[in-house]
Amino acid sequence: MADPMRIRAQMAGDKANVRVLMSHEMESGQRKDAAGKLVPAWFIQEITASLNGKQVLAAEWGAAVSKNPFLQFFIKGAKAGDKVSVSWKDNRGDTRTDEATVS
Amino acid sequence: MKTLKVMTSLVACGALAGPAWAQVNATQGIEDYRAMLQDGNPADLFEAKGEDLWKKKRGPKNASLEACDLGKGPGVVKGAFVELPRFFADTGRVQDLESRLLTCMEVLQGLNAAEIAATRFGRGEQNNMTALATWISAESKGMKFNLPTAHPQEKVFYEVGKRLFFQRGGPHDFSCASCHGEDGKRIRLQDLPNLTKNPGDGVGFAAWPAYRVSNGQMWGMQQRLNDCYRQQRFPYPGFGSDATIALGVYLGVHSQGSKSVAPAIKR
Repeated sequence: MADPMRIRAQMAGDKANVRVLMSHEMESGQRKDAAGKLVPAWFIQEITASLNGKQVLAAEWGAAVSKNPFLQFFIKGAKAGDKVSVSWKDNRGDTRTDEATVS
Repeated sequence: MKTLKVMTSLVACGALAGPAWAQVNATQGIEDYRAMLQDGNPADLFEAKGEDLWKKKRGPKNASLEACDLGKGPGVVKGAFVELPRFFADTGRVQDLESRLLTCMEVLQGLNAAEIAATRFGRGEQNNMTALATWISAESKGMKFNLPTAHPQEKVFYEVGKRLFFQRGGPHDFSCASCHGEDGKRIRLQDLPNLTKNPGDGVGFAAWPAYRVSNGQMWGMQQRLNDCYRQQRFPYPGFGSDATIALGVYLGVHSQGSKSVAPAIKR
């Protein structure tokens, strides 16, 4: 089970500024371990965000994204009190979903 | 004359509108990059983990660390970080944050302190140690360093730390002071603070634990000092050893009155 994300969602004008920190190794599959063997790739592949259950963002990520990735985006028409939920799925099939309230 | 004025203001506008395009110099570029990183410091993740670990019942004694005395009484976390290292009467020695946590983990939770101290950084319980140190330092963010210096042992540790700081040796004949003894020095793009005096708010001792973007690792002060010794090609000092604590006292006392920004973010 992956560690929780940190999600901050704050109103900035008529948009919500959403900042997400994810805890993930994001192995590129290019690195070798001490024994010289390739460390298998392990990264977040799909990421989605929704506002009150309605999807507002979907992205496909690859091995080039950094460890412990940071994602920032804006949602038009959000209001304080709305629920923002973010989910990811990695290439091993592990998933994680966290939710935050817009303030 | 008028045209010239218009042109100058245009140039000024350009510089304001696009700092990414018109970097004044390399230093400014680095500053901009750091400011961008600051907003999403992954140290937050370690902080959350550390808080969890503090409250979680673990170890053979199935106890949390909530009764741990970090110098301000059992369970008091806020403000503890900026007063460490200090002398602890129960163990009869000066301890920094990490060695004190080690004591608490052994006494309260029944974990094997010697085994944890021998574990390499970034493995097993050492990861938990770093997370705990990150959370505890975060609880004192923005507070000013105020190490106690009244106890004779604290005075001794300061003096020992000072000597270690200036002690030259190893194949490169290096001391800490070789890199951190003058103003305005740097290694590649990293500014090296002058640690023989107060380096100011959020610099040096006041900036660790920190998250390293380049390797995605969270480092506590013990690992920072360990790596300084690696760079000097010295043998590694033991985790929580008196030598590293003495250096901590030396650096911490110099940061007197400076604000802590830990957990910080580094390149």
